[in-house]
Amino acid sequence: MSPLDGFSLSRWWSLVLKEFLQLRRDRLTFAMIVGIPIVQLALFGYAINTDPKHMPTAIIGADHSEMTRTMIATMKTSGYFDIVGELPDEEAGRAALARGEVQFVLNIPAGFTRRVLRGERPALLVEADATDPMATGMALASVNQLARSVATKDLTGPLAFLAGGQAPFEVRVHRLYNPEGITRYNIVPGLMGVILTMTMVLMTGLAITRERERGTMENLLAMPAKPIEVMTGKIVPYIAIGLIQSTIIILAARFAFRVPFAGSAVTLYLAVLLFVAANLTVGITMSSLAQSQLQAMQMTMFYFLPNILLSGFMFPFQGMPAWARFIGNLLPLTYFNRLTRGIFLKGNGWWDLWPDIWPLMVFTVVVMAIAVTFYRRTLD
Amino acid sequence: MSDEYAIDVRGLNKHFGDKHVVKDVGLQVRRGEIFGFLGPNGSGKTTTIRMLCGLLKPDAGSGTCLGYDIRRDSARIKRHVGYMTQKFSYWDDLTIRENLDFVARMYGMPDRLEAVDRTLKGLGLMERANQMTGALSGGWKQRLALAACKLHDPELLLLDEPTAGVDPGARRDFWEELHRLSAAGISVLVSTHYMDEAERCHKLAYIAYGSLLAQGTSQEVIAAQGLITWAIYGGNLAGLSETLQKLPGVEQTVLFGAMLHVSGRDGDLLERTLRATAAGAAFRMEKVDTNLEDVFIYKMKQSADQNGIGT
Repeated sequence: MSPLDGFSLSRWWSLVLKEFLQLRRDRLTFAMIVGIPIVQLALFGYAINTDPKHMPTAIIGADHSEMTRTMIATMKTSGYFDIVGELPDEEAGRAALARGEVQFVLNIPAGFTRRVLRGERPALLVEADATDPMATGMALASVNQLARSVATKDLTGPLAFLAGGQAPFEVRVHRLYNPEGITRYNIVPGLMGVILTMTMVLMTGLAITRERERGTMENLLAMPAKPIEVMTGKIVPYIAIGLIQSTIIILAARFAFRVPFAGSAVTLYLAVLLFVAANLTVGITMSSLAQSQLQAMQMTMFYFLPNILLSGFMFPFQGMPAWARFIGNLLPLTYFNRLTRGIFLKGNGWWDLWPDIWPLMVFTVVVMAIAVTFYRRTLD
Repeated sequence: MSDEYAIDVRGLNKHFGDKHVVKDVGLQVRRGEIFGFLGPNGSGKTTTIRMLCGLLKPDAGSGTCLGYDIRRDSARIKRHVGYMTQKFSYWDDLTIRENLDFVARMYGMPDRLEAVDRTLKGLGLMERANQMTGALSGGWKQRLALAACKLHDPELLLLDEPTAGVDPGARRDFWEELHRLSAAGISVLVSTHYMDEAERCHKLAYIAYGSLLAQGTSQEVIAAQGLITWAIYGGNLAGLSETLQKLPGVEQTVLFGAMLHVSGRDGDLLERTLRATAAGAAFRMEKVDTNLEDVFIYKMKQSADQNGIGT
């Protein structure tokens, strides 16, 4: 056989070498090869926790006694509850739950200890923000043990007769917002932000890098169009697309998945617009940094990964360690998830939503400033 | 002054990082003139053109384009200039008509549809108006690009290597069109690598390594070098060329197929050397006019020596 028609090892090897040479020069691909596994390992290995502990809990308590102190101490030692403060009344408790400031509110009624001692078996109320059933499930299961452990610890000596038999008091659990613990009630509204993040960042990134890759950007800029006109003109269609996508998801959530809609549609659409704006600034920044459409896609991947894992979309936000929550707090999706779930399930109004709206505004302004800086630089 | 010159700039400089890509370039292009802009690849032609039409801000230098200040009035310059980029830069995924219509809208033309129709007819593309632009051949794309960049009746055309990769017939048509435009009073600055195109220009500038080396009519540019050139025919010209290069009076040899051009500034010395070396039956020689190519090769070598770059 002549060397021309056989499989040539040296020819094949030169192809392999060339591929490695090119891979090494393509820094972003190289970063992906090394970076994605490391990021995934860190996020899945350390950050994600499906049995979240240390969830913020508030107490409404008119009754301060040895027994209630033991009760709170027991809750703390279970690891699930971090007592973050006391609230004056039930109304304040509901507001804190709506805003997502606390995951649980423990309501100890007045004269609780006295009634226990009288053997009246009073009730203790635990209210939970059950939007995400995964976040609250294990913690609420542990609450049921509460009465028993308090009894064995405090009801000793002459009070021992109260500890025997039935539990000395009853723990009532109210799962608010998603009483049946249906996962899709939590996931479907969250999906809205995930889909918007993906399309808004990717589409704007591609739209602008495509002009540059094909050389048509130079032509656009040589025409009388101002850079601001080019930028905004290219983006507006995607805002429309974002609104259409949101509408599809809202309709599907409502009619296909039967997710309750407690809030106002106008509020939701305004929140969507704000979130779309935040994502577009990210897309513009990436399009200024990326040299090609491929790079824009790779950058979107990098951005998308933490958004999906650390925003509370898939896994409970409160269950993550502080560093992961810190990263999560830098991502617009984290706030938007709270907004959509708040509007869908909790029926939150502007006052309750504000804690998650201003961070989105700050994010948009800051990233817009970065985008404009980079965008200007690419012109010159 | 602004009436006399379409382009009048001085001392243009541009750096990209620590690379000084345009050094003290000054250009004077009269209205209605076809001005050829020559130079090797990477010499700063495109950067200079981009500075002229307001796409890039010069680091130093000043001047006017159509009477507008190139630093402050870039918006007005863009309105009256047609810029044809080196790479085809219209949208492949729009039809021919959509592309032209977009351009007409960008310039806010009052009689938009009429202008688009006129252009399509002028191109002879009326029947293909609804085809995707990406399906056009290279020559057609070039014609479309020229038509699109003069759609808004600009007073000045900046054409960046418009005929690169276009066949000779299309090139000839293209230059005839440029002369028609020039006769109608439109000024044209056109960059090119082709010497035959350079000779069709009213005036020329030659740029290498970012510096302007010569400017004027082709006769002026040639005369300014004071080169005497002999053409030699026959025999082993490649071998002769190598021998001659080391001899006194010979500053440059350029092989044009069956003819060798030998140039030097000292005519007598050159002639003595040639007669001593190439005389005899094997070679025939005659004194000829130095052409543009001789001059540009000469200038480039000079500039390379000054810039410490080997040729």
